[in-house]
Amino acid sequence: MREFEFTRATSLDGAAEQFASGGEAAFIAGGHTLLPAMKSRLRMPDRLIDITGIPGLDRIERDGDRLWIGATARHATVADDATVKSAIPSLAKLALLIGDPQVRNRGTLGGSITNNDPAADYPAACLALDATIETTGGRYQADDFFLGMFTTALADGEIVTRVGFRLPQAGAYAKFRHPASRYAMVAVYVARFVDGWRVAVTGAAPAVFRWTGAEAALAAGQPTDGLLLDPSELNSDIHASAEYRAHLCTVMLAKAVAELV
Amino acid sequence: MQTRLTLNGTARELDIAPATLLVDLLRDDLALTGTHVGCDTSQCGACNVLIDGVAVKSCTVLAVQLDGAEITTIEGLASDGALHPMQAAFKEHHGLQCGFCTPGMVIAGLDIARRHGGSASRETIAHELEGNLCRCTGYQNIVSAIEAGSKAMQDA
Ligand SMILES: Cc1cc2nc3c(=O)[nH]c(=O)nc-3n(C[C@H](O)[C@H](O)[C@H](O)COP(=O)(O)OP(=O)(O)OC[C@H]3O[C@@H](n4cnc5c(N)ncnc54)[C@H](O)[C@@H]3O)c2cc1C
Ligand code: FES
Ligand code: FES
Repeated sequence: MREFEFTRATSLDGAAEQFASGGEAAFIAGGHTLLPAMKSRLRMPDRLIDITGIPGLDRIERDGDRLWIGATARHATVADDATVKSAIPSLAKLALLIGDPQVRNRGTLGGSITNNDPAADYPAACLALDATIETTGGRYQADDFFLGMFTTALADGEIVTRVGFRLPQAGAYAKFRHPASRYAMVAVYVARFVDGWRVAVTGAAPAVFRWTGAEAALAAGQPTDGLLLDPSELNSDIHASAEYRAHLCTVMLAKAVAELV
Repeated sequence: MQTRLTLNGTARELDIAPATLLVDLLRDDLALTGTHVGCDTSQCGACNVLIDGVAVKSCTVLAVQLDGAEITTIEGLASDGALHPMQAAFKEHHGLQCGFCTPGMVIAGLDIARRHGGSASRETIAHELEGNLCRCTGYQNIVSAIEAGSKAMQDA
């Protein structure tokens, strides 16, 4: 890795100030996406600002119909947290399916959604659970946050502070893990709310998306086994063809619907 | 950058270059070569150490991020010449062949014991070793070792 400057932020204002003090800067949380990218020189920042020491940024609390999880909450903490498990059990299960135990001990929610990897898990939870993403610049609805492959609505220097997941009546996440990388080859998050269904798909396309056809079928009480996403809009790579991914989406949708809690 | 940490029970104050990975600090600067580098791409778990009691891949952590943290490496487990129960279980159950993956496996075993006590099933242990690779053993004896080590820790 190339040398860089490093500062430890103790407040959001301090972190923003350090970010703006010249050169290419980046925030670091768990480092489990950023450090591999820096090792392979895909990223070469001049300065890193550690945000994990900012007090309160990892808080988890329920407020009315939303569960708020702080940006620096680690995956393992979310998977094991009593508030998360009782409010949205399917979200705790999703966190437990990320990477491996060591990765979960380090990686954070904020880092995951900021990176917006096409196969990452949390973006699917944000979309399906109609999340509000709170940042130092304001609030976004998940529908307006994930813009495309590795791209979000965040501005340079904007920090995700916490994510408010709307409590569903029932939810489930079905993930077909790539056996080596453990990222999603395809995964489907299904959530039922008083006012309708939300279905989010990750791993299948250049970025996470809502499967509106599945939402409509579920709302109408129709079977979903005849639904098939258009393969021409899905990824084809060494791991799976687009046709295979389309088929997997239908299978994961059925699995999630069968597991709703 | 000045960084204070507790390493295997001893408080240290170190001046660390920001781009130093924890594994490089341990091996190159502090001569603690029991922590291994199998891949350097966050896959293999040979570099696992405990940070504040939880297992982490030290090839994917900046040492300067650990100000105030407590780090335990494989060298810090035995006390007064006696192997830690998890280490003793690896010896007893032939949980190693070449031994390259072993420090990381022992640390992963400690994390499994922390979360499940002595009650984890073989299936759970095997599943929770998904971040650790072994090229020699076929894993069966590693699972046996962690099963026995976790029980021994619980009974201790
Ligand atoms: C072996 C391995 C397996 C993995 N498997 C999976 C998997 O199955 N599923 C999955 O979803 N992920 C997986 N991951 C990724 C893992 O979840 C990462 O931890 C996560 O994507 C990034 O979180 P982080 O805290 O490590 O972020 P970092 O690496 O610290 O940061 C990532 C990016 O986000 C920015 N950032 C971080 N926090 C904030 C914030 N609060 N506000 C603004 N910007 C911020 C950083 O500047 C950087 O650009 C895996 C990683 C590894 C190494
Ligand atoms: S060397 Fe760190 S995971 Fe392989
Ligand atoms: S014993 Fe040789 S790699 Fe595991």
